[in-house]
Amino acid sequence: MKASTPHLEFRDVSVHYGSHKALDAISMHAARHSVLGIVGPANSGKTTLLKTINRTLEFIDISRRDGGVLIDGKEVGAIKNVYALRRRIGMVFPLPVGLPMSVYENVAYAPRRMGIHDKEQLDGIVERCLRDSVLWDEVKDRLDLLGTRLSGGQQQRLTLARALSLSPEILCLDEFSIAIDPVTTMKIEEVLTRLKQRMTIILVTNLTQQARRMADHIAFINASQLVEWGETETLFSRPQKEITGRYLNGDFG
Amino acid sequence: MNTPAVTNQPHNPFASTDFEHVKERRAATAKWVTLALSVLLVIPMVWIISLMAIKAAPVLSWDYLTQDVSRMGAAGGIWGPLIGTFWLTLVCLLLVAPIGIGAGIYLNEYAKDTAFTRAILIAVTSLAGVPSIVHALFGLGAFVGAMRLGLSLASAALTLAVMTLPIIIASTREALASVPRNFREACWNLGASKWQTIRTIVLPNAISGILTGVILVVARAAGETAPIMLTGAAAYFKLSPHFPERLAPYALGDQFMAMSYHLNLICRDVPNMSEAMKFGSAFVLLLLILLINSVSIAVRVTLRRRKRW
Amino acid sequence: MASPRPSSGSWRASLSRLGDRAETPIQAVIYMFGWSSIICVIAIFVFLFLGAGPMLFKLNWVEFFTSTNWHPKDDGAAPASYGVLAMVIGNLAVASLAMCLAIPAGLAAAVYISEFAGSKSREWLKIAIETLAAIPSIVWGFIGVTIISPLLIKYAGASMGQNLLNGAIILGLMSVPLVVSLAEDALRAVPDSYREAALALGANRWEIVYRVLFPAAKNGLLAACMLGVGRAIGETMAVLLATGNKNQIPTSLIDPISTLTATIASEMGDAVQGQPHAQVLFIIGLLLLVITCSINIIASIVIRGSKENR
Repeated sequence: MKASTPHLEFRDVSVHYGSHKALDAISMHAARHSVLGIVGPANSGKTTLLKTINRTLEFIDISRRDGGVLIDGKEVGAIKNVYALRRRIGMVFPLPVGLPMSVYENVAYAPRRMGIHDKEQLDGIVERCLRDSVLWDEVKDRLDLLGTRLSGGQQQRLTLARALSLSPEILCLDEFSIAIDPVTTMKIEEVLTRLKQRMTIILVTNLTQQARRMADHIAFINASQLVEWGETETLFSRPQKEITGRYLNGDFG
Repeated sequence: MNTPAVTNQPHNPFASTDFEHVKERRAATAKWVTLALSVLLVIPMVWIISLMAIKAAPVLSWDYLTQDVSRMGAAGGIWGPLIGTFWLTLVCLLLVAPIGIGAGIYLNEYAKDTAFTRAILIAVTSLAGVPSIVHALFGLGAFVGAMRLGLSLASAALTLAVMTLPIIIASTREALASVPRNFREACWNLGASKWQTIRTIVLPNAISGILTGVILVVARAAGETAPIMLTGAAAYFKLSPHFPERLAPYALGDQFMAMSYHLNLICRDVPNMSEAMKFGSAFVLLLLILLINSVSIAVRVTLRRRKRW
Repeated sequence: MASPRPSSGSWRASLSRLGDRAETPIQAVIYMFGWSSIICVIAIFVFLFLGAGPMLFKLNWVEFFTSTNWHPKDDGAAPASYGVLAMVIGNLAVASLAMCLAIPAGLAAAVYISEFAGSKSREWLKIAIETLAAIPSIVWGFIGVTIISPLLIKYAGASMGQNLLNGAIILGLMSVPLVVSLAEDALRAVPDSYREAALALGANRWEIVYRVLFPAAKNGLLAACMLGVGRAIGETMAVLLATGNKNQIPTSLIDPISTLTATIASEMGDAVQGQPHAQVLFIIGLLLLVITCSINIIASIVIRGSKENR
């Protein structure tokens, strides 16, 4: 762990949905240009944790967040322009979403909202992002294809391309592979390995082997609590808690 | 349960028993009875419309549509009421569409589950159930009287706007709700604000439903009589014979003629009015409404085919 | 790689920053639009009360509800009397008679559309019903006067063609689309799992309808009937023209009658604003509002009751 300010830090983060406690005092951090894997059984609070980073938790009326979520030392809740915050963070969900417009417009959506309308600039962004998400070769001659008509695997790569369109500093992926085929999963994993050089990646996954392949550090969350957090190989070979070992071995979850 | 008669054939366990035959017959009867009753509804309507067309036929012509009403409707044409209905409907639409669409956007995109939201929903349903004559009384008291607009196109259009508000709100909500939620979430996560998302993704994809609501309002506003009867519709209004004025003969503060009210007057026995003239007005109004209604059906069908997801 | 930025100083960049900050004021404007329906409903009640004015206190309420004597003009020979009993009975009579025609037909059509029809015939039938719904009430009134009336005189021995039966036929035809659409909603609200369970037990289509769907949807169907009655009670122009507008309690189907709605419509034009006659007409309007609102409220309670039971 570097001694300088971590890129993303959670300090005692707790989240309540009404009276139900979804996250209990989570503390950990991720260094710049590293991959933090977050693993744990279903409903343990992993998605909620991601939502605190870009403040989409606020769309759930009954939610309440305590503790600190900091990017480069600054509390995200204190940032006045929440939309600017969200533009610095890319998000990929479990279910692929193709917006009901052309592939080109899908990727150009976020830059357009930022005010970029210059055709050359947009062409460049669209090509770069589609190349980054390994979708370019499949759609380069059919950029006007409707996003909703792509296959599931293509739509997930399209979602990744959209997420990359504003060159985010943090890329979050929430179980991105559960609805797509293994080949696409593999392609995206290769992409993430390359993207690591440009951004910090938070990878929530229920595939422990995927976490082992991709992550530098792993956090194991179970029943809304952070059980253990450390370097990947340490957690897999010499976990401090027994339950960590059992989960990573596939005994439950 | 009936036991099958003794036969020489091998017993087929899947054959229907007598009891099941009876049930099947009852089911078939039910199907034909309900179909018959449904068709029974359609037949009188078709018969009535054709009868009206036949009786109106002698009178229908381009002249009929463009000439002024004369002798209280016993002669001449129906231009005055026709153009009046057009402007009345237009003004009503300009008033009710922004407010109704805005309210629909609020209810579907911004409103949380609070008492205020429930109150709005109750208000919309209540407003939809208010009898048309009560709307007329409201218009009389509020617009003609309190707002001092007097008997005028403005008062009538405002009254119709209040009456048709629930229609726009309901169809806007339905149209917005048909856009899947995950599109919105995808946009929010890209840094778009709620309004940007609505403007760029939700509204463009809900336009057909909203358009349907608009067309329904037009049909309703064109056909209603009671609300305009007490707020500004006039029996006879002298129109200028010169061209630009003929297209827009009524100022917002003027009384006006309208097809629905004209038909009301006809029903009260205008002296010397031929049956064909009577049916002429009725049929033109009916045809107008049915045309508007079929536009809405056509919009719905064609835009459903061009669905983007 | 740095985040993409629009060409510096471009107006589009400033517009986008404006977009971020515009969210709050836009939300405020839309919130105000949200108030529109509440304001309208309150305004309607307020202005009806204002229109009724002092007559709310001066009116002899007992006479109002129990007398059939409606003489709004004080003509010197007798003081004005405002008894609406005949009109109330007229309203209820024509509405219930109309429902006797509309409910069986409408229910049958709803059952056919939702359970038996193939998709092509469903589409056509729905379009036919929608067309029926689109016909404006004044045209229905016209039909009552010019088409139904001579028929009744010829075949039913009516001395006057505009009467209770005429109104009921016209109102019945008008109400069918509402009954069909509400009943269809109620039937569709029954989960498919009920139908599938019944099919698995060997029931055929008709048995599913009357053994499973009717009991499951009974609240929604009941509400459909109530709302149909409510709408029929509030109908104005069609009954004004078709029922003859004669203030009497009907003793036979072919008697002309009068209704609350028709009375307001026919007399408000002549009544001087601010005078007792006009004010009593506003009171009748209030009565109508109360009746229809109560029916709507009861119907929605009935529907909510069914949702909770599921």
